[in-house]
Amino acid sequence: MSATTWAWLVLLLPLLGSIVVSLGFRAIPARVAGIVGTASIGLAFLCAIAVLVNLLGEDAGARHHASSLWDYASAAGLDIKLGIYVDQLSAFMILVVTGVSTLIHLYSFGYMQSDEGYHRFFGYLNFFVFSMLLLVLAGNFVLLIVGWAFVGFASYALISFWYRRTTATKAGMKAFVINVVGDIGLVLAAFLIFRELGTFEYGEVFARAPDVFARGEWTVTAICLLLLAGAFAKSAQIPFHTWLPDAMEGPTPVSALIHAATMVTAGVYLIARTHVLFYLAPTAADIGAFVGLATLLVAGTIAIAMTDLKRAIAYSTMSQIGYMIMGVSIGAYAQGLFHLMTHAFFKALLFMAAGSIISAMANRQDIDRMSGFWRAMRFTSLMLLVGGLALAAFPLTSGFFSKDSILAYAGARGGMYTWMAIGGYVGAFLTALYTFRLIFRVLPGEPCEEARHLIETGELYHGPPINPANEEEEDTDVGFPGGRHHIAEQSWPMAAAMALLGFGALFAGLIQVPGVDNVLFGFLDPAFADSPLAAIHPSVGAEWRGLAIGAAISLLGIATAWLLWARRPELPPLFRERFRPAYLLAVNKWYFDEAIELLIVRPALAIGRFANSTFERLVVDGLVTGTKETVGGAGGLVRVVQSGFVRSYALLLLAGFAGLALYFLLSSQ
Amino acid sequence: MNIEWYVVLSSLLFAIGATGILIRRSPVVILLCLELMLNAGNLALVAFSRMVGNQQGQVFAVVVMVVAACEVVVGLGLIVAIFRRRLPLDVDELRELRG
Repeated sequence: MSATTWAWLVLLLPLLGSIVVSLGFRAIPARVAGIVGTASIGLAFLCAIAVLVNLLGEDAGARHHASSLWDYASAAGLDIKLGIYVDQLSAFMILVVTGVSTLIHLYSFGYMQSDEGYHRFFGYLNFFVFSMLLLVLAGNFVLLIVGWAFVGFASYALISFWYRRTTATKAGMKAFVINVVGDIGLVLAAFLIFRELGTFEYGEVFARAPDVFARGEWTVTAICLLLLAGAFAKSAQIPFHTWLPDAMEGPTPVSALIHAATMVTAGVYLIARTHVLFYLAPTAADIGAFVGLATLLVAGTIAIAMTDLKRAIAYSTMSQIGYMIMGVSIGAYAQGLFHLMTHAFFKALLFMAAGSIISAMANRQDIDRMSGFWRAMRFTSLMLLVGGLALAAFPLTSGFFSKDSILAYAGARGGMYTWMAIGGYVGAFLTALYTFRLIFRVLPGEPCEEARHLIETGELYHGPPINPANEEEEDTDVGFPGGRHHIAEQSWPMAAAMALLGFGALFAGLIQVPGVDNVLFGFLDPAFADSPLAAIHPSVGAEWRGLAIGAAISLLGIATAWLLWARRPELPPLFRERFRPAYLLAVNKWYFDEAIELLIVRPALAIGRFANSTFERLVVDGLVTGTKETVGGAGGLVRVVQSGFVRSYALLLLAGFAGLALYFLLSSQ
Repeated sequence: MNIEWYVVLSSLLFAIGATGILIRRSPVVILLCLELMLNAGNLALVAFSRMVGNQQGQVFAVVVMVVAACEVVVGLGLIVAIFRRRLPLDVDELRELRG
């Protein structure tokens, strides 16, 4: 079978899984639903491998295929095909998405075991993966928008999965609304592309764009800025990032899925996919790079102050996505995607380990209450450590090679991009600091109450059902986290998923070691051959210099974290007091929520209230009532004639007839 | 005979019928007056037909007679129905169509 046939199967299997699980929820038992859900994604992964094998069997220059099932719409110069586009980029993306999603499904199989909404969960989860696959496989901008919107809906459904929690439903709405703002950007960009180029198909758009647009022309810049708005909203970049930490209200596997495989990487993919346009719009590309840089630094500082385990990891995702957005914006396409892949491994792993710990804490997520889990949960702790090392770019782990490849490219491009590399290294220090802050506070020390309970009885601690976010008592119906929890030590699917990801987090970087091997870039580079920026390559010496700096910074960050939170735990409160404004800024997330509230939500509400009280009353009601009055009045005039006296009708008839006759008589003379 | 006589007679009959419709309140009499008006028309048609010298007017008159017969059937049916329901046989009292 050809590559495109396999790719269609990659799309079809998760969709089938979702349909079977959702429609058959009465007929099939929960465990079967889990197996169907996991197996469909697993098979999709195998098909994705088949796509890769097929592509590898071809010439490097010919590895792009478009295939369409049927014409979705064809009218008035518009031709939209239900088509996919398979090239190195989409093959790489479907491999990452299906691979990591399979493991997350496997983990969910154990983690969600006691949840009442097990079928619903797997139905949504499969749909989420299907949407993301549609997004990355789409062969034109229309299908891309469809996948883009599906992802937004699926994230809404999954973030609000525990719908009895008011915090969860609010977080879901927030994510949805912010994503829709981004969708508008994407849709407008597609309109502009169609107006200028007359087509939506990727192949034609990218082939024609360099002839139609001059470099730096305002139309292409506008297109790219609108695309960036979409990318920022999906990838949680400033100022559209506020939904991501709130999305932690969803079940932990969902957080892993959103952060590792689906959703937030969509923005990175979009910029890499439209790199031809971004090359033509240097201003927009630079804006993207600066926003990425700003996000990675801001999110890094916030992550240091967060006391919520999952939220801290969420901010670290924002920060890492910042690296990727910066990378693909400045031209480090393959490098940004490399980081996307390694990040998918270690971030999914971190969330899984965090989920396991949160289960042991009876849904508490506050790291102030956690300590001593190294003695209570050895495997989970080890996996948290592995994920942390990769995130902190510890030498020779996967994050080490991928992050530094982006920064080395920035350095090689020179000019102001050197400053971006320096900013990236500052961010790397922050990353190491906040990652190991979590690890040093959660793992070592005297076991906390919950951990002690686990050590002594071998059973999980169970508190009263209370939502930790707002201390509300849980409504213990279907939509809440369930009475029982599961940890990796007691559930083999969770442990298996984590072990595989741990392996990836440690060793995935070895496929792309500067000067040693070139597996990933060798595969991806032909997809970006049409961009002169992709031709810039840092020398092997420069890369290793960068790697040495990265290693030093990572070790320095870990050492600082050790000093602050393990060796001298009395220091951080002192710092907090000494630098109170900075601490307040970070712990209040740089007041972004408040700023958005003040600048957008309040004015929108004010306009809404004005429209409701004044415009609605005067103009809308006035129009409606006025129409009604006019018609009623006219009717009232005619009503007088309708007296019901048959004889008066006859008289009128006669009079009218006589009048007509008279008129014709007179006019005939 | 001259055509004017026929037309004058026809007009007279028509006027009598119309006046009857306007001043009488019994549905039966109104129906009679309607017949009078129709036959006034018939008379004029036949007279003009003879004056012109072909039979088209007479054909029209026959059609009108058929229509008039149908009308009488429906009208009398209505009147019987009204009577059976013990409603007043007075067109001024039957004014449910008032707007």
